[in-house]
Amino acid sequence: MKKILTCTLLILAMASCAFGAAFKIGGTGPLTGGAAIYGNAAKNGAEIAVEEINAMGGDVTFEIRYEDDTHDAEKAVNAYNALKDWGMQISLGSVTSKPCEATAAENFTDRIFALTPSASSAAVTEGKDNVFQMCFVDPNQGSASAQYIADKKLGKKIAVIWKNDDVYSKGIRDTFVEKAPSLGLEIVSETTFADGNDGDFSVQIAAAQNEGAELVFLPMYYQPASLILYQAKSMGYAPKWFGVDGMDGILTMEGFDKTLAEGVMLLTPFNADATDERTKNFVAKYQAKHGEIPNQFAADGYDCVYAYKEALELAKATPDMSAETICAKMIEQFTSMTFNGVTGENVKWAANGEVTKDPKGMVIKDGAYIGLD
Amino acid sequence: MVFLNFFISGISLGSIYAIIALGYTMVYGIAKMLNFAHGDVIMVGAYVCFYATARYNINPFLGVLLAMITCTLLGMIVERLAYKPLRQAPSLAVLITAIGMSYFLQNTALLLWSSNPKVFPSIIGRGAFKLFDGKLSVSHITALTIAACIVIMIVLSLFISKTKMGKAMRACSEDKGAAQLMGINVNATISLTFAIGSGLAAVAGALLCSAYPTLMPTTGSLPGIKAFTAAVFGGIGSIPGAFLGGLMLGVIEIFAKAYISSQLSDAVVFAVLIIVLLVKPAGLLGKMTQEKV
Repeated sequence: MKKILTCTLLILAMASCAFGAAFKIGGTGPLTGGAAIYGNAAKNGAEIAVEEINAMGGDVTFEIRYEDDTHDAEKAVNAYNALKDWGMQISLGSVTSKPCEATAAENFTDRIFALTPSASSAAVTEGKDNVFQMCFVDPNQGSASAQYIADKKLGKKIAVIWKNDDVYSKGIRDTFVEKAPSLGLEIVSETTFADGNDGDFSVQIAAAQNEGAELVFLPMYYQPASLILYQAKSMGYAPKWFGVDGMDGILTMEGFDKTLAEGVMLLTPFNADATDERTKNFVAKYQAKHGEIPNQFAADGYDCVYAYKEALELAKATPDMSAETICAKMIEQFTSMTFNGVTGENVKWAANGEVTKDPKGMVIKDGAYIGLD
Repeated sequence: MVFLNFFISGISLGSIYAIIALGYTMVYGIAKMLNFAHGDVIMVGAYVCFYATARYNINPFLGVLLAMITCTLLGMIVERLAYKPLRQAPSLAVLITAIGMSYFLQNTALLLWSSNPKVFPSIIGRGAFKLFDGKLSVSHITALTIAACIVIMIVLSLFISKTKMGKAMRACSEDKGAAQLMGINVNATISLTFAIGSGLAAVAGALLCSAYPTLMPTTGSLPGIKAFTAAVFGGIGSIPGAFLGGLMLGVIEIFAKAYISSQLSDAVVFAVLIIVLLVKPAGLLGKMTQEKV
């Protein structure tokens, strides 16, 4: 009996050793709830990267776990704690901004390094030396959009419709409106909506139309954007539409009339039609596994895991190190390394956690995204 | 002309609030309880209608009928399980149960139908009546919603004032104990009230999602709250009041957005509500009743 017990224990010890040789990487995201499309995309992307890396069998392998936060800050902290109990060594933060602001604070106090795929508000990284972003920070998205519109001469008279109870929307709108005048863009109409009055957009659209806006900037998620496109069409108003990364996902909405989104432009760092090897491989794998074209969030999740692999290899980190030790090494690597991924070449990070990469303009044509450049 | 266009937008939005408010006010008027789950029954109705028409290609009107049947049953089950055991409990307990029920329905919908927003196919297409050489347009769905509101309002009023069941309802609303003593089956009457209210919710759901075509598990909750406001505005318990309150709320909201500030529209709407309630505490068409203590 004793022998059997010892044997079992030995086998268990060996087994746990074999499995313990991977870095435990955890993240939270809305896997259910109104923003689930983002959470699931980021999770799927990250999982594909983990599978690829583990199959390569190098020094760095991962064990990944995603917990649902339903885009709710309180639930995100609970999910984060569950991951901590599981033994998470490095974190993917949270997928959306509001929850990530909450979990980033925990990451900071616990000294667990975080690289969020897509939580883009400035408050996520503010004052935290160990929280980094793979996506553009909101203010940069606003100014980059203004710059792009001016550079490509898409229109002089601009209308902005934004959601004034949402940090994401407000963050982008603020820098856009600030930057636009210096580029010769005139903001002719600026209107808002909020939870609870996000059904009827006739006033906002009429305001843009009456002021003769040639382009309407929509810093918001795709669900209200789809209503705006639908109502503008029924009002016979057809300006150029310019969205941000939250617009990504509009084409995969069940029952959505894709002709409504024809010609909608958006700025996103990822282009699923790109012809480089890396993107082609990722898109093919994602499509085979999930039956749809990956969006930017999936690409961000995928890149996060690869960035971690690179940084861990450079730092010569091993899975038996504590989260705190890894954290110090990661801060060092992320502020010095240059990363090439599907969401950009020569990606660099500043010490405050913000990322620098080139945004790509995309336009929706025949129901699919096409690169603008 | 711009003014008229905004007015029509306001009426469109208001007619949606009105049709939801009718359900609220009817249940409150009879059962004297605020059914906060009403908004979520609307959402369930919309989903049933969505699956029937978009997935199984059933005729939209049959889809609405199917949604009505489902919601009627759902309303009766909710009433039986969650509200009936609390008949003698203080009204605060019932209110909390109703809020709980609302969350329960929302989260069940999340599990069943996932959170990804769906685009609802309009039950009567996306056309519009053009007036004055196309300068004004009234969408078919708005016209249908207003027609539905008026029909429902008249039928409900007649039902409550003329039929025997309606008489029983009025009796229950006045004094449950006395009604029971007079041989009225109070439980059956309240159950019927919920059945009718929930059936109306299904119609409201189909119209709401036809007008503003995205459908999520949270679709019903915020319009539900707005419609509740509309019902209070018009005088809760009063059926014409709900109609009037809904339309006015919609028009005020759109005008506030258009002429004051889109950022302040909700603040303006609720400021108007407060003023109305200060002047007429029972709402526009509500009856003041003296509570005997």
